[in-house]
Amino acid sequence: MTVFCLVELDGDHVADASLRALTVARGLAGDAGTGLAAVSFGTVSFGTVSSGTGPAADLGSYGAGEVYAVAGIDGYAPQAWARALAEITEVNGHFVVAAGTDRGNEVLAHLAAISGLPMAANCVAAAPSAPGALDIVRQRWAGLLLEEAVLAAPAMLLTVATDAVSAQPAPVPALAAARAAPVVRAVTASVNGADLVVKATETPAAGGGASLATARVVVGGGRGVGSAAGFAALEAVAELLGGVVGVSRVVTSEGWRPHAMQVGQTGTKITPELYLACGISGAIQHFAGCAGAKHIIAVNTDPAAPMMTRADYAIVGDLHEVLPALVNALRGRETQA
Amino acid sequence: MDILVCVKRVPTVGGAITLTADRQAIDTRAAGFTISPHEECAVEEAVRLVERFGGAVTAVSLGPAAAQEQLRACLALGASAAVLLETADGVEAGPIATAAALHSVAAAGPFDLVLLGNEASDTGDYQVGIRLAHLLGRPVATGIKAIAVADDGSSLAASRTYQGVLETFTLPLPCLVTVKEGINRPRYPSLPGRLRAKRAPLTRLPVSESLLSAVAAADIRMRALRVPQAPRKQATVLGHGADAVPALVGVLTELGVIS
Repeated sequence: MTVFCLVELDGDHVADASLRALTVARGLAGDAGTGLAAVSFGTVSFGTVSSGTGPAADLGSYGAGEVYAVAGIDGYAPQAWARALAEITEVNGHFVVAAGTDRGNEVLAHLAAISGLPMAANCVAAAPSAPGALDIVRQRWAGLLLEEAVLAAPAMLLTVATDAVSAQPAPVPALAAARAAPVVRAVTASVNGADLVVKATETPAAGGGASLATARVVVGGGRGVGSAAGFAALEAVAELLGGVVGVSRVVTSEGWRPHAMQVGQTGTKITPELYLACGISGAIQHFAGCAGAKHIIAVNTDPAAPMMTRADYAIVGDLHEVLPALVNALRGRETQA
Repeated sequence: MDILVCVKRVPTVGGAITLTADRQAIDTRAAGFTISPHEECAVEEAVRLVERFGGAVTAVSLGPAAAQEQLRACLALGASAAVLLETADGVEAGPIATAAALHSVAAAGPFDLVLLGNEASDTGDYQVGIRLAHLLGRPVATGIKAIAVADDGSSLAASRTYQGVLETFTLPLPCLVTVKEGINRPRYPSLPGRLRAKRAPLTRLPVSESLLSAVAAADIRMRALRVPQAPRKQATVLGHGADAVPALVGVLTELGVIS
């Protein structure tokens, strides 16, 4: 019995969401007394653990004993990836874990449909309860509600909520045991044409720039910003803090900013070090998107707004006064330095 | 172009989620109901495609008798027929059972396109569209934020942004697409639309309890729901207006955001 974890790469490293999934997968591997194997698609140089860099080092420090590097599928084709996962893992008797990303949920749902198995999406915890059964806690309502459930099946397919689980490398003894590893196994997927019908063509996204989902600092704007032009102050602060601007649903409904910038249940889930929420009252659907922020500072004229009471720090006032003053203070520091 | 759009009746969640005493469901005694935001956009996209290419939109829902309200809303937005796969009140069908039930309508088509929301806002299972695609043996793209149908109607390009990259999938019709909010800005129902919705055909098909439970045995089994504890403490007030900026700069330094 093996715990397989589908990992996605971000440049030369394992994507943060996949490190979070690996953390949960390693917990299951420990509980079940089984090995942890990572599965990655695409042509990539895995490097070596001893070099201390690259995906192999990431995977080793997270406790993966083996890495299956899957070639033979050119680019992202969800159904073909799922078919290859089914072949490599042989599914039954094993666990298959992925990050709860667009791709992770999509590939595992294909695998579930192909294999006739249940799949638990966006789990925050999982532990074996009996032979062939797993106690899970999973997100509903994008994390506003948790479901305690039992997954009982010949194989356990689950994805991990990327905003609710932190990425933890293996403790040192496990790391020492994995030092010689991970063993990289190059495998070639045999897929048929039908599985390759839906295949991504990748082009740089319009707008580009730093990603909201992975930004270290997000400056949020809501109804209090008041207009499309009102975002200039937020953009200035975001630039000075090395962050990006995110918005609440009302902002995209008003057409002030595009939906791609929306934080919340039906937008992007963010996990920054700091979320500076300006003029956002804090509907629970918005909290579903920003609850993964490590620290929240809220600026609002209404001290009783939910965002103000649930933040770590609050400033009572008009963002149109506070932000220009903040820009001046930050520019003043730059000039001194 | 004939399009089937799948919708689900879900409670309107406002300031907080309250559970029933047995923690088996959300307490909806004071709640309104709606369809998920992603699904509102699926209905809008379906209506726009039919306005351009001709054909008809059929809305389908698996749910209790009360879900007729949501199907009437779809009819008011431009769907021309609706099917309710009717369950007893309080039955929550899992994703395997839901896909199986929707399959009975989707296979009876023929539909050129089946549209769904990427995930239902309540259960968030992220798999019904894909399971339905496998049952129908048709291609599917998920999480889609833009659809462009070829002029001859033989294929469509579906795209989404992933990690800063635009991914475009080209699918031959017939196919399935699950969409996300942001693909369009849904219209409000017009008065003629609302009047038409009252007369439009809405077919109620009972879903057998035994069929649902047979399929449901394969799904994950919910034991109970709980509302996560809000992790935040009482906020520290840094001050009022621009006077709070020095304290704010201090906190930014402390958090390591600026050096």
